[in-house]
Amino acid sequence: MELDIVELSRLQFAMTAMYHFLFVPLTLGLSILVAIMETVYVMTGRPIWRQMTKFWGTLFGINFVLGVATGITMEFQFGMNWSYYSHYVGDIFGAPLAIEGLMAFFLEATFVGLFFFGWDKLSRVQHLVVTWLVAIGSNFSALWILIANGWMQNPVGASFNPDTMRMEMDSFFEVLFNEVAQAKFVHTVSAGYVTASVFVLGVSAWYLLKNRHTALARRSITVAAAFGLASALSVVVLGDESGYSASHTQRMKLAAMEGMWETHPAPAPFTAFGIPDVEARETHYAVEIPWVMGLIGTRSLASEIPGINDLVDEAEVRIRSGIVAYDALMTIREQRGDTPAKVRETFEAHSDNLGFAFLLLRYMDDPRDATPEQIAMTATDTIPGVLPLFWAFRVMVGLGFAFIGVMVYFFWRSSFRQQSYPRWALRLAVAIIPAPWIAAELGWFVAEYGRQPWTVDGVLPTALSVSHLSVQDLLLTLAGFVTIYTILFIVEMGLMLKYIRKGPFQDVEETEAWEARHEHRLRTHDGQGPFAPAGARAASAVDDGFSGSKPTPAE
Amino acid sequence: MILYELISYDVLRVIWWLLLGVLLIGFALTDGFDMGVGALLPFVGKTDIERRVAINTVGPVWEGNQVWFILGGGAIFAAWPPLYAVSFSGFYLAMFAVLAALILRPVAFKYRSKRDSAAWRSGWDWALFVGGAVPALIFGVAVGNVLQGVPFELTPDLFSRYEGSYYGKFFGLLNPFALLTGVVSLAMLVTHGAAWLSLKAEGPVAARARAIGSVTGLVTIGGYVLAGLWLALGIDGYAIVGDVITDGPSNPLYSDVERTGSWLSAYTARPWIAIAPILALVGMSLAVMGLRAGREVSTLLWSKLGIFGAISSVGLTMFPFILPSSLDPRSSLTVWDASSSHQTLFIMLVVTAIFMPLILAYTAWVYKVLWGKVTEKDVTGNSHTVY
Repeated sequence: MELDIVELSRLQFAMTAMYHFLFVPLTLGLSILVAIMETVYVMTGRPIWRQMTKFWGTLFGINFVLGVATGITMEFQFGMNWSYYSHYVGDIFGAPLAIEGLMAFFLEATFVGLFFFGWDKLSRVQHLVVTWLVAIGSNFSALWILIANGWMQNPVGASFNPDTMRMEMDSFFEVLFNEVAQAKFVHTVSAGYVTASVFVLGVSAWYLLKNRHTALARRSITVAAAFGLASALSVVVLGDESGYSASHTQRMKLAAMEGMWETHPAPAPFTAFGIPDVEARETHYAVEIPWVMGLIGTRSLASEIPGINDLVDEAEVRIRSGIVAYDALMTIREQRGDTPAKVRETFEAHSDNLGFAFLLLRYMDDPRDATPEQIAMTATDTIPGVLPLFWAFRVMVGLGFAFIGVMVYFFWRSSFRQQSYPRWALRLAVAIIPAPWIAAELGWFVAEYGRQPWTVDGVLPTALSVSHLSVQDLLLTLAGFVTIYTILFIVEMGLMLKYIRKGPFQDVEETEAWEARHEHRLRTHDGQGPFAPAGARAASAVDDGFSGSKPTPAE
Repeated sequence: MILYELISYDVLRVIWWLLLGVLLIGFALTDGFDMGVGALLPFVGKTDIERRVAINTVGPVWEGNQVWFILGGGAIFAAWPPLYAVSFSGFYLAMFAVLAALILRPVAFKYRSKRDSAAWRSGWDWALFVGGAVPALIFGVAVGNVLQGVPFELTPDLFSRYEGSYYGKFFGLLNPFALLTGVVSLAMLVTHGAAWLSLKAEGPVAARARAIGSVTGLVTIGGYVLAGLWLALGIDGYAIVGDVITDGPSNPLYSDVERTGSWLSAYTARPWIAIAPILALVGMSLAVMGLRAGREVSTLLWSKLGIFGAISSVGLTMFPFILPSSLDPRSSLTVWDASSSHQTLFIMLVVTAIFMPLILAYTAWVYKVLWGKVTEKDVTGNSHTVY
């Protein structure tokens, strides 16, 4: 890889975005899990649920702050590193980012302070409302960011304005209800819920293995397994929805993910294993499952999914059309109001392909000088990196199904096996804690790397999107980000582990007071409320805080 | 959709120019005191508990306040895309320094008191100091450079290019006038932070804050007056040549601009704008007096008024220019040629009209809940929940 401005800018964006997304999924999911726990607390009055809210809330806070800090970079680096992109699509892309701030981020950031500082200043219900507002704010935040990203994948509701040399919004409605954005939103937040569920499950399993805080751990597993099961199913179903929408909106990405070189007679098979070879344009050692791809991609047995080779031929046609648009644009730019109507008509007819002419700018200053060989070569540039996409996608999907399996198992044990968990299962739950992060990062990799060579699919090539910077500028900031982010990562992991080891903070006085008030019920009812499954009574008698034995503060 | 034509393009552009001001001022009024407290931290807190009191005065609110900055970035992107594209790439390394400082700051708030080690805490205290002082300084330096014109040019494709080498570009920002405006900005936000600490803290922390704030307040006033004189005598203004088309397409190259006369000629053309610098000087003077006399609520309000006047005066002086170019004046960005499309401005206005009142309402509620002084007892008594 040559270290030019484009590659360095891509590297910096990939690095800062993927780093940001280490913290986002846990924020999305844990905010909701914490709100659920606090809801149970407010409904039952049981101190254990308050303790859970505070404990998971502390871990939420350690994670949340890094999501916020690294999100600052995301908001500004389009302008810093992707200046032409910002000019070219800011009229559309900027709106959801600004709305995210107005509608979502302000909400979560304003109330997150009260979540931590407001325990003594607010009534129980007020504090619960605050917690839910933080959770809702976080999730709305994801909605608007994914509407922005969805537009990069499937740029609907916009057209090119020759006067301003940029894309401008035609229909806000179309941008908002872009099918890619909607499927992506549910897929992404569900992935966040799975991440948080696996996290809560894993940390709680570790407590059970160590025989510490078992009351908190068992209840947490019950919540996480139920929430995680629903979310894991949602991730896979909405991932399938994304695949379906990709079959008509992002056909090259889909073909590359599948290593599908030739258009297969419908219904296409799904390649479960293979080694795509870009040089030879074929997938070696392919193991195919008949029909499956056709069903996923088109939901029919009769529709074809185009292969890479046909899409390259199509790109060649679009490049030629783009050159016509470019030629007309140059006339319009010179003559402005005096442009003959015929030239404007020609431009309108071909303007959808203008971006394809821009692809040629990598090799020449004026796309109109392109030779047929250069056009053919540029058409092959529209193929993204097939091998990494093919495998990144498969690993992600495999993990997605594995999460369903894990959640089904823990849900079954918590609901029907008296919350008893074999040690091997607990160890497994600890071991898979990093897995959802791997799946989420691979998912973003497939979405963004699969869109190359475009920043906005079919509209603006990545190579054209950058700022007028020098290699030194980029090396300096890249080194700076790597240094700061590495230090913060180590610090964050250290604090997370410290607070997990330390365990929940117990309000001894409050627990005793609650115990005294409910003494009668405790004696007759084993201290289990409506939210604990009947079978759990015997199992979770230890360190409950209200089962008769004195609670011991964890510190 | 024709709905957006309810408000004409030029009116929307002026509204969005005002909203840009609202966001920048909102940021300075709220996150401004967080940054001021950060910059004051090593000087007002001699012991760990004193520093914790200072930090906890802003502990529950800095996160919401910082969103003014994020929203400012998003709103510039949505309403003024050419400004977003040209300025942040042009001030590349300066922006990186701001980001680095603002990345460290939230983490420092959150993590500082999570370990007992003195080295750990003093390290994060430094991060809070840098996270407050560096952005406050750089924002002022940026304003100073914008007033002098920024060396960029737009190609016919509207790609922005910058003059100068990589080093020249960064150190070129640090010219004498810009350093002066940087100092004014820093001193102004430190004074604002002092006014906040005087209201929210007690004892030695509040006393030291008042002592420092009454000095930095005078520095602000002196620096502001000096910068105004410099602007009058030593810096050329910009003007649009020929007819000013206010509802044309957003292409800066469609109008011609030249460097001529003085920025301050705006005050002869529109004398009423003199209210802005007057408010700046009155607000800051009364804030200084309030700090000396130990008044609390009114001092913070006067300080807010001073900041409002100072930032408004820059915008009003430059109107309709937003980002003039020293390299190629024709490329300069103005209110009339650097906005989003008519439709986008309208949609964003509708969204803002719905959400801005809500934001102000719930922010006010949060401040009301948190009303009252932060004492040493608050910090020691809730050691596991506060910072």
